[in-house]
Amino acid sequence: MKFGVVVFPGSNCDRDCFYVIQDVLKQPVEFIWHKQSQLNGFDCIVIPGGFSYGDYLRCGAIARFSPVMKPVIDFAYEGGLVLGICNGFQVLLESGLLPGAMLRNRDLNFICKYVYIRIENNMTSFTNLYKKGDILKIPIAHYEGNYYIDENDLKTLEENKQVVFRYCSREGDIKPEANPNGALGNIAGIANKEGNVLGMMPHPERCSENELGSGDGFLVFKSIVSWLERK
Amino acid sequence: MFEVKISIMLKKTVADPQGLTVKHALDSLGYKDVDNVRIGKLITMSLKADKKDAAEKQLDKMCRKLLANPIIEDYSFDIKEV
Amino acid sequence: MVKTAVYRTLGLSDSEYKKILDILGRKPSPTELAMFSVEWSEHCGYTRSRKLLQLLPKTGKYQVLIGEDSGGIIIDDFIVVFKMESHNHPSQIEPKQGAATGVGGIIRDIFTTGARPIASLDSLRFGPLNDPYNRYLLRGVVDGIQFYGNCLGVPTVGGEIYFDESYSGNCLVNAMSIGIVKKENLARGRAFGVGNSIIYVGSSTGRDGISGCSVLASQEFKGEEEKRPSVQIGDPFTEKCLIEATLEALQTGHIVGIKDMGAAGLTCSASEMAEAGDFGVEIELQHVPRREENMEPWEVMMSESQERMLACIKKGNEQEIIHIYEKWDLHAVVIGHVIKKKVIRVKDNGNKVAEIDPNALANAPLYDMPYSKPEYLDELNSFDVSTVSEPADFSSALIMLLSSPIIASKKWVYEQYDHMVQTNTIVLPGSDAAVLRLKGTNKAIAAVTDCNSRYCLLNPYRGAQIAVAEAARNLVCSGAEPAAVTDCLNFGNPEKPDRFWQFKNCVEGITDVCKFFNIPVVSGNVSFYNESPKGPINPTPTIGMIGIIDDASKVCVQYFKKEGDIIILLGECGGELGGSEYLKLIHGTVKGDAPELNLNREMSVQQTALEAVRNGLIHSAHDCSEGGLAAAVAESCISSDDMIGARIELENGNERTDALLFGESQSRIIISCSKQNLSRIEKIADKYNALLTVIGRTGGNELEIYRNDFRIISLPLSNLHDAWAGALEKSLKEG
Repeated sequence: MKFGVVVFPGSNCDRDCFYVIQDVLKQPVEFIWHKQSQLNGFDCIVIPGGFSYGDYLRCGAIARFSPVMKPVIDFAYEGGLVLGICNGFQVLLESGLLPGAMLRNRDLNFICKYVYIRIENNMTSFTNLYKKGDILKIPIAHYEGNYYIDENDLKTLEENKQVVFRYCSREGDIKPEANPNGALGNIAGIANKEGNVLGMMPHPERCSENELGSGDGFLVFKSIVSWLERK
Repeated sequence: MFEVKISIMLKKTVADPQGLTVKHALDSLGYKDVDNVRIGKLITMSLKADKKDAAEKQLDKMCRKLLANPIIEDYSFDIKEV
Repeated sequence: MVKTAVYRTLGLSDSEYKKILDILGRKPSPTELAMFSVEWSEHCGYTRSRKLLQLLPKTGKYQVLIGEDSGGIIIDDFIVVFKMESHNHPSQIEPKQGAATGVGGIIRDIFTTGARPIASLDSLRFGPLNDPYNRYLLRGVVDGIQFYGNCLGVPTVGGEIYFDESYSGNCLVNAMSIGIVKKENLARGRAFGVGNSIIYVGSSTGRDGISGCSVLASQEFKGEEEKRPSVQIGDPFTEKCLIEATLEALQTGHIVGIKDMGAAGLTCSASEMAEAGDFGVEIELQHVPRREENMEPWEVMMSESQERMLACIKKGNEQEIIHIYEKWDLHAVVIGHVIKKKVIRVKDNGNKVAEIDPNALANAPLYDMPYSKPEYLDELNSFDVSTVSEPADFSSALIMLLSSPIIASKKWVYEQYDHMVQTNTIVLPGSDAAVLRLKGTNKAIAAVTDCNSRYCLLNPYRGAQIAVAEAARNLVCSGAEPAAVTDCLNFGNPEKPDRFWQFKNCVEGITDVCKFFNIPVVSGNVSFYNESPKGPINPTPTIGMIGIIDDASKVCVQYFKKEGDIIILLGECGGELGGSEYLKLIHGTVKGDAPELNLNREMSVQQTALEAVRNGLIHSAHDCSEGGLAAAVAESCISSDDMIGARIELENGNERTDALLFGESQSRIIISCSKQNLSRIEKIADKYNALLTVIGRTGGNELEIYRNDFRIISLPLSNLHDAWAGALEKSLKEG
């Protein structure tokens, strides 16, 4: 199996994702320059965090028009796995692969710290090795992580069980005090209806090794491998 | 040639904590009669087009495709021939 | 030609101007005069400081590399490049952009060597927060650092923040950057090889930063001062692209030398590259990409527009390099070439506007400045401790100290910085030192910045020594062996003998203590003229230090880990109160002498702690600094998510209780360990002749401190934590 990590001008976490996949997950991985208009032989595409195009206009607004996004969207529609982390999530929202939009953090500051998230849906390609209700210690680092979606679409999201992660307290309670950025419904990550596209604001690549303070994010990557192996 | 001013604002249904913070700041400076502060973006550009309605059609497309995010933002524009 | 008096407005003295006439054998053109005025300024030429800076040691345990713009040490097959620089005056005017461009500038100095920047640290100083302008500055500077650093994807992992009246009107922003490069990939800032091309890369050139030279304008700029912004605007997205393009271009092997355009832009970079390479350089200004119209040649040479670099490329390979930069949407254009004659020759549309020997530019006249001990110092040092009464309630005093913005938690600041990107940070902000792993090896690097400028005011020589000693002590607490220093020396007006006396003593202090520890000073920066109408800043020789951890699995943090652990004090209480935060906060006075520093004692305490960490014998290590022993123990209790209390029993005899608790005697480290490891640690302390005293045990939900069985401090951890954690944000809201 082959992973691909997209690189836009301004992407920052591309090398971090590459490192986790190659050196910790020990799977083949390649960088995909944003100008590439064809993708061949990938099983999972990762759109990493960072400040693509400086976050100009809106986060991900310009990156979604990069040549590489057309084959990424086709790949997603054909059932390929696409994981968007932080800025990657924002690109997926802007490109319409996932519903909703990101607003500036409620407290108006950039926030970098460890938070807790709860697994709401462990049936996706990215969370199948977790148990429902598992609590992960995982870091966030963003300025615009305040997820927004209108009332009707939120209903659909919930009905389809597309909410995958929610911010919670250390004990697993979904409460306002545990919400670092004001995101609606404490939503930290969502999937598309089919479950092959996932967007998450927290950074699993930053907590895939215990040395860094938490290894709780690693199962996201292992789940992908497990899913692909079963196919 | 047209001179264009595009105003992009958060939809009324979306909370604007930045606007609220600025309202409080104005309040603490003594401007107590201020309410409903909202903060948006102003984009200016020159646009080459033969006729005003052709220009407006183009602008509309630009706003919907890139300049505004229709899930959270509304847009309006002012267009002047120069 | 230029009117003679113009040179004085540009900051050149009569004798300097005469020297220029001698060097050129004629009167200088406006462009040449501008070039001399910047290259010979204190900022670029270090004219008043260089003689003293030459005292600083450049050798140590690891092999040292001193480059054109920064320096480093060689560890196995790679080089750790690092440097600290100031951006004080711009930050006082426009804190966000001043701090942002400061960060951008120092990071460019690092990646210009081919090193990928892996971390940033920032040492910041402001006036007290009850002044709204200082609150504005702190917010703005932090915003600038996060705005630039986060976008670049370089983690900001450490630093310090101090508040003192002397910084009102003149804040300090000292930005440090660290990078790693493989030995064989090190790039230099040189131009050589006749016929090789000089390429300009990055942003276009505007009129940023040249208002100081506006006297050279050949026409009056009536009402168009806004054309000459005095503050540069940083663009971190462009710099991020510049980093990636440059590192990619360096891999081709076609780059002979590369240098960033910092202070005095094209002038500095072109002439210094020529001087370093021992060749000449000819550049043609009409090729320089511009974003302003009608720029005069001297404006193009002086511009300080950000995010630009100059590279020397092997002839014939220009297109390949240009292609790489264009891939990242950056300007890349040949603007000149290397020539045999050792001059920097500047032409504009075929007209020669300058021709100077680069050696003459790079070797500004150096000065011996007069110095004399400040008159106020004897009186300041004379401190009768009996005039100060002990507080009735030591618990309240401790709460007050933990709420002091100098001691309080800096979480409000570092949670705005992405301190985890690049996934190397294994000790996050909030401990004594930041630690970064080196992927592909078992090693890690620790980094700190330190300087207590109050000590430096009271005793510049010893205060500077303490800055170095404390930096080393903090590194040791994380398990690192102190390896090398970068310094950022911030002082007042050097033309005033009392300020220069402070500078001289600080440099001598740093020199002596670095020699004692066998640590080199590999890079640094001097910032003079830090004064406001109220007077000069406290002498502030900020020390940035890195240490090496050979086994990254043996890293230590400052907070207690387990209930029932033994708490040890390494070192001894001197009972001093001079220069302490306690004396300032509770008694409103900055008096006395800087605490004593016995270098042998410091060394033995550090060696003991380091060996104990390396052998995996301890759970936490935290040095005693502002707030003394009580603050250090309290911090060890409350600075992690899982707070653990402590019961401390002190039995010393003669010291006043407040001095015992809050005095800032040096060379002390608080350690926690399991009972089983105590005897091994005692043996290590014996070996190094360090005084070791068991002072208590961890456990419970309170901090209790007893003296001779009498309880003097009793506080629930939640009280301590609430005071300490929320103080900075509270001060920012309320002043």
